[in-house]
Amino acid sequence: MATATDPAPTRGEKRVLGPFLLIFAPLAAVLFVAIPFVLADMPYWLNVVTNACLLSFASLGVWLTFSIGRVNIAQGAFCLIGGYTVGGLTTFGGLSFWLALPFGGAAAALVGYIIGYPLLRLRGIYFAMVTLSLTEAVRLAFLYFGTMVGVTSITSIPSPPGITSPMAFYLFAAALLILGYAGIWRLQSSRTGGVFRSMRQNEELAASIGIDVARYRVFAFTICCFMGGIAGGIFAALQQNVYPQSYTVADSINFMLYCFLGGLEFVLGPIVGTFALVVSFELLRAIQEYQALLYGILMIVVMLFLPNGLLSFFPALKRLSGGRK
Amino acid sequence: MEQILVNGAILAANYALIALGITLIFSIMNVLNFAHGQMFMLGGLLVYWLVVQIGLPYAAALIGATIIVGVIGMAFEVFFFRQVMRNSTREENTMLLAVGTALLLENAALSLFGEKQRGVPPIVSGVYKLGDAFLPANRAFVFGVSVVLIVAVLLFVNYSRTGRAMRALAQDRTATLLMGVNTARVSTLGFGLGAALAAVAGGLLITVSGVNAGVGTAISTKAFIMIMIGGAGVVSGALLGAVALGFIEAFGYAYLPGSLTYLMIFVALIIFLLIRPQGIMGKPWG
Repeated sequence: MATATDPAPTRGEKRVLGPFLLIFAPLAAVLFVAIPFVLADMPYWLNVVTNACLLSFASLGVWLTFSIGRVNIAQGAFCLIGGYTVGGLTTFGGLSFWLALPFGGAAAALVGYIIGYPLLRLRGIYFAMVTLSLTEAVRLAFLYFGTMVGVTSITSIPSPPGITSPMAFYLFAAALLILGYAGIWRLQSSRTGGVFRSMRQNEELAASIGIDVARYRVFAFTICCFMGGIAGGIFAALQQNVYPQSYTVADSINFMLYCFLGGLEFVLGPIVGTFALVVSFELLRAIQEYQALLYGILMIVVMLFLPNGLLSFFPALKRLSGGRK
Repeated sequence: MEQILVNGAILAANYALIALGITLIFSIMNVLNFAHGQMFMLGGLLVYWLVVQIGLPYAAALIGATIIVGVIGMAFEVFFFRQVMRNSTREENTMLLAVGTALLLENAALSLFGEKQRGVPPIVSGVYKLGDAFLPANRAFVFGVSVVLIVAVLLFVNYSRTGRAMRALAQDRTATLLMGVNTARVSTLGFGLGAALAAVAGGLLITVSGVNAGVGTAISTKAFIMIMIGGAGVVSGALLGAVALGFIEAFGYAYLPGSLTYLMIFVALIIFLLIRPQGIMGKPWG
């Protein structure tokens, strides 16, 4: 099921680099030139796109677990772990945000690595349901053990030193996103990415040609959790607080939706999906009362007419105009 | 102790209706119905609306709400799920669609009924005493109706012509099609029946604990837990999962502090799935 943006990994660096730059350059231009230029005087919208960048970063991780054929509804849990780690280290440990952030990612990755081995044996809807339960379990764990220790929520988390304006925070988030995008692109066009795709198509077959399936899928899941932890840590610093209910099942489902909506065949998918949903949600705020209702309808309409994601619009257009797929 | 068992049995009977519905939809359509909790919520709120605002008797309201939600379920199948299943290249896409319908139902309920917790006064008053346990007559009524409905659904699925067609469809869609069964009609009916079961459960529970528009996700999560325990797509598994969850919850709330109960359930569930990933009754994949 290879598409134009999904090149086979064996064709050499040139074939990979071409389409990458074709998408990477416009994306960077939008993120670093167009958005800062247009939204310079609108701190509210700047905050919206900062959120969208961070959510996209976490969704990129979820996309990676999609590429091994797992529907992951646990990203909220790892955002929560990252958020609490960074919040705790900076507020109570007195650590600088920049030192605490890697710990947030590492804590999430470690938890993901440990539970990934057993959990990833499940597949299909079982994996989807168990990861959904995991989100709720982690939230309840923070609630319960937090109540025991006496600290359920961390408030007045210091903002990152060196980042003083909304614009600076946006540029930081955008830089992180472009870095994450490049990283995931590199990964999916490498041999490892090919292994991931082979596992999505048929795990037994992949195992039968000598691929250590268990190790590869834990690898993908750990990276996903790491990205969730990093995003959660930055969110904690951006909002300056973290509560057990900061990330609920609905947030985990949203991360999955962003990937779906953008299109699972494209690395750009989660970014397009996140921006489309977050921005449309804000635009619909003008019609307050029916905002959420329209949001639901919008999603069903997209699903009905573009069941393989927003980005599948272009291949569909190509097909309609007589071109070959 | 008796009190816990009585509470557990009532919870289990109500949960069984939810689990049966989601299992029916999953086995026939291969769709994990994320909107199941929202259908439950809608059933409850419709009963509230029909009883309190319109002034219908409770029995008529319950039947009305069940039919309305059943029709909504059938409409979803015909207009949404069937189309997406035909066009998409990944079967996970139906999951997104289900989440979309869940959002739609939840927000429609929010704008129609508001966000307040709604309740209907108990249908029958009085309290029975079973040994040391108190059993409010209303809960006994809910339990009785649930059990009757469960038996009716089991009889329908096992012995009626349409029910047999549904089970055949769950086993092998192509073979069923070749035997001359109108699979489109049976799928629509199955989806409607699943949705109606969720609505009945909501309509019954609103007399006990009340329902609000935001309860959907929590109910869906419970439904998922039940089919994970029992095994997805197996009717006996759904009932077993409902009984297990009902009693575990009753014991947990009696002996453990609030948030710990579900934390323990989730941890136990994850450990259980490591030992038996397909649930108690489920068939192993492959």
